[in-house]
Amino acid sequence: MAKISIATVFMALISLLLTLTHSFSTENPTDRRILVLLDDLALKSSHSIFFNSLQSRGFELDFKLSDDPKIALQRYGQYLYDGLILFSPTTERFGGSLDVAAVLDFVDSGKDLIVAADASASDLIRSIAAECGVDFDEDPSAVVIDHGSYAVSGTEGDHTLIAADDFIKSDVLLGSTKIEAPVLFKGIGHSLNPTNSLVLKVLSASPSAYSANPKSKLSTPPSLSGSSISLVSVVQARNNARAVFSGSLDLFSNKFFKSPVQKVGSSNKYAKSGNEQFVTELSKWVFHERGHLKAVNVKHHKVGETDEPAIYRINDDLEYSVEIYEWSGSSWEPYVANDVQVQFYMMSPYVLKTMSTDKKGLYHASFKVPDVYGVFQFKVEYQRLGYTSLSLAKQIPVRPFRHNEYERFIPTAFPYYGASFSTMAAFFIFSFVYLYSK
Amino acid sequence: MEVVLQSLNIPLSVETVCVFTAPVFSAFAAWAAYLLTKEVKGTGAGLTAAVLLAMVPSYISRSVAGSYDNEAVAIFALIFTFYLYVKTLNTGSLFYATLNSIAYFYMVCSWGGYTFIINLIPMHVLLCIVTGRYSSRLYIAYAPLVVLGTLLAALVPVVGFNAVMTSEHFASFLVFIVIHVVALAYYIKGILSPKMFKVAATLVVSVGLVVGCAVIAVLVAVVASSPTKGWSGRSLSLLDPTYASKYIPIIASVSEHQPPTWPSYFMDLNVLAFLVPAGIIACFSPLSDASSFVILYLVMSVYFSGVMVRLMLVLAPAACIMSGIALSEAFDVFTRSIKFYITNLSESLQIDAGDAVPGNGVSPQNDVLKTDKKEDTLKERPSRKNKKKEKETIEKPSVKSKAEKKPLVLPVEASFFALFLTVLLGGFYVVHSVWAAAEAYSAPSIVLTSHSHDGLHVFDDFREAYAWLSHNTEVDDKVASWWDYGYQTTAMANRTVIVDNNTWNNTHIATVGTAMSSPEKAAWEIFNSLDVKYVLVVFGGLVGYPSDDINKFLWMVRIGGGVFPHIKEPDYLRDGQYRIDSQATPTMLNSLMYKLSYFRFVETDGGKGYDRVRRTEIGKKHFKLTHFEEVFTTHHWMVRIYKLKPQKNRIRGKTKKSKSKTSFTTTPRSGTTKKNPWH
Repeated sequence: MAKISIATVFMALISLLLTLTHSFSTENPTDRRILVLLDDLALKSSHSIFFNSLQSRGFELDFKLSDDPKIALQRYGQYLYDGLILFSPTTERFGGSLDVAAVLDFVDSGKDLIVAADASASDLIRSIAAECGVDFDEDPSAVVIDHGSYAVSGTEGDHTLIAADDFIKSDVLLGSTKIEAPVLFKGIGHSLNPTNSLVLKVLSASPSAYSANPKSKLSTPPSLSGSSISLVSVVQARNNARAVFSGSLDLFSNKFFKSPVQKVGSSNKYAKSGNEQFVTELSKWVFHERGHLKAVNVKHHKVGETDEPAIYRINDDLEYSVEIYEWSGSSWEPYVANDVQVQFYMMSPYVLKTMSTDKKGLYHASFKVPDVYGVFQFKVEYQRLGYTSLSLAKQIPVRPFRHNEYERFIPTAFPYYGASFSTMAAFFIFSFVYLYSK
Repeated sequence: MEVVLQSLNIPLSVETVCVFTAPVFSAFAAWAAYLLTKEVKGTGAGLTAAVLLAMVPSYISRSVAGSYDNEAVAIFALIFTFYLYVKTLNTGSLFYATLNSIAYFYMVCSWGGYTFIINLIPMHVLLCIVTGRYSSRLYIAYAPLVVLGTLLAALVPVVGFNAVMTSEHFASFLVFIVIHVVALAYYIKGILSPKMFKVAATLVVSVGLVVGCAVIAVLVAVVASSPTKGWSGRSLSLLDPTYASKYIPIIASVSEHQPPTWPSYFMDLNVLAFLVPAGIIACFSPLSDASSFVILYLVMSVYFSGVMVRLMLVLAPAACIMSGIALSEAFDVFTRSIKFYITNLSESLQIDAGDAVPGNGVSPQNDVLKTDKKEDTLKERPSRKNKKKEKETIEKPSVKSKAEKKPLVLPVEASFFALFLTVLLGGFYVVHSVWAAAEAYSAPSIVLTSHSHDGLHVFDDFREAYAWLSHNTEVDDKVASWWDYGYQTTAMANRTVIVDNNTWNNTHIATVGTAMSSPEKAAWEIFNSLDVKYVLVVFGGLVGYPSDDINKFLWMVRIGGGVFPHIKEPDYLRDGQYRIDSQATPTMLNSLMYKLSYFRFVETDGGKGYDRVRRTEIGKKHFKLTHFEEVFTTHHWMVRIYKLKPQKNRIRGKTKKSKSKTSFTTTPRSGTTKKNPWH
């Protein structure tokens, strides 16, 4: 008799699951303290424009040699830094307690990472990249060569200085201003697994590029070629930790920032390469100055009411609202988009509705509960390129009609009501007549 | 009840009520059996039947203290409904007919087996009509039951409109129509002259045939339009015993729904199985409406018990009633012949020599009394009372009937011997029942024990696992396991389960079955979509507990495959054989159930991996789990609990540290190199 559906067990169990980054205070997601590991302290001056731009944006940079024995990412279980810049492509072993696993733990706890490799990238750097889904060319002597879109320079060279302009089309990643000048690149290429949804090619090589040793003759087809070569990639892990992988350390250098650039075959000559803009915008993204969303004030209630019920009935009309804000680097701004959808979900979405926004951050949808009872979830799964992923789930049971919630009298049944009442009346008259008539 | 007792200052907790519900109702059931049999064959048979029912092992299995189940109540309701039906049939009282409908309502409330009543009674009515036993009493017994009973049954939420919509109930309505036609025919026959009646009959029959054919055609069309012919799966599997195994594996998978083996008849009924035929014969002399009903009940329940072990429970009361009738008739005959001998003896002695009469005359009588008393004082006394009553009522015609009964009188030695044997038989029954109650049906199913040469072993793994779950998991975590453990997990671990013993959602169970039969990754995705945090499997390979999940696995495959056709049973069988050793199929060895059951199993016996249930070495011994992690395994490894690993934070690239993999990474690239302009 007592057939209990799972629904009743879930009663009153409503949980709100906010998957925001737990790396930094949710109120201020931008990184503050950054550890910079260098091969050589000379890099500090040769890449000073990049570092200065970071410092001017309020980051505290802590420069260390990569084999400094005092390197420690955390003390007493607390991370000392919010970000890590590895400008040490040749280091085989870090000093101190840092190793591949420590770097990966750093990422897994939501911290950010910039890795720059170079023509002589060490196994250490390669394995960090591989763990994040970025596969640098296996051949240690290979660099990216492009006879089709190299940067014109005084000497003929071997076409390893590439002027790349195949950027990802994303305002979140690269800012709203278009990068006009090509980006100078000199280093190794890497490939990404196309099924990997967490990594993105930010700067791709041109179709004529390939990865090989420029000094030796090409005997076998190169393992990486064409636009499948990625020059700079970004990773956003499931916990919204971000990482940038660049095959070139020179990309960040003062020399490349300032040098004029002309792509071969193109008459446009730029006085300054696009490197500075590209790197600055990318660093804004990777250190959560842009593209970081938060969802607050998830509310739902019946139409015409304001209180949140513990349970809905089938065919109820309800309203769902959530506020979504984007971090602008200094404050939370309303996030405006027209593609935020809410699902009413029980193993599969029963209702999928695009929410309307009031442009002030409030997203709102109203819909009818389906004619199915069970334990549902309000789900918002918002994953957009470059933005941190939002996944909200709020459990809500839905019950069927109660016995007294059905209509008591329905018009179609009036003949039956008439029949039963007339029968009763007739029976009464009949018994009266039968009993008292002679 | 609790409130009443509390007000009388008798403390009573809900647990107490739960524990004692079944025993109390089994007492009621014995009383109902007495009443029913009394209506059929008199008080003596009634008491014997009640005594037998009180001990029948089949019913003890459902009515031991603590067995808080529908069936415990339902058997009482079933017998009581039958009693009221027979009582109405015998008396023709509308009062009892109304009570009968209420008893039927009670039965509908308590058990789905009420369909047995609503089919058996119409069958009996039809039988009576066909054999020309129609009477107004029959009408009164039947018509109110159908009308009131159906109305009341429709009030039960589970039944609702099924009471008029499904084929299980059609028989009662059909017979309802038939009985009205017959009643009308009898009425017309009464008011018309025979000649007129003949004319009317031909008229009515010809018109009736046409109308009847039309109605039946419509009915058949309606019924045939539904795929299951309007029958529910469980009922269909009763009509066609092979139906469930073909189409509804979830019904066939339940061990209670398997056909019984012969030993189970002996185990559950013992000597009753042999007494029943005698009871049938007794019921035929003379055949009344009531006794024909009991025969029909027996025959139907024998058939049903042959289809499903569980319905042995319905057979048990019928067998008790029949055996009660048989035993009481036998005692009747034996004691009567002994009495007859004694009276003859005393008469002859009185004639021959008056002095020696008292001594000789009394002693054999005492003997009889003693033997009877030794066995069962209850049976003997009422049969004597009954005799007295019978004597009072049938005193005058009895002179003749006694003369007729004379052939039934057996020689006195044979009577004594037979009496002794019957008592012995009863004794065996008592011994067997007590043994069955003590050994087979009183052990809790959650704590297992086993006797071995070095004493008693207790396997308390289930409670260990459930306690672990309740102490170490979050309150709103969901646990997936095969549905057998659903209620236990809900009650003892206080965690939400995905499927439980309430099996009405076949798709849901099939989803879990599919997950268990799938490879790890697919299973992880299914469980993740179900929001499952923990997976629980029962594994008996280490201690030799045979009803574990690996033995149930084929049913999971079948049930899963019934809804999700990509799961195919032959993939899990090697040449039609279910095996988990090195000959097992790759699908089997990669299934989640295999992996969860045998994960790290090889560590227990130093590398052999010998499964004590299947009596073989397992097929795949060393493997790692990628999407699940073991979080708890009980003392005897009977319950193993796994946690779903969270999704990886990063997706790893294909390049590994080791350079040996270089070749692997470059080979798949060959496809893209063709686009290379340098080639």
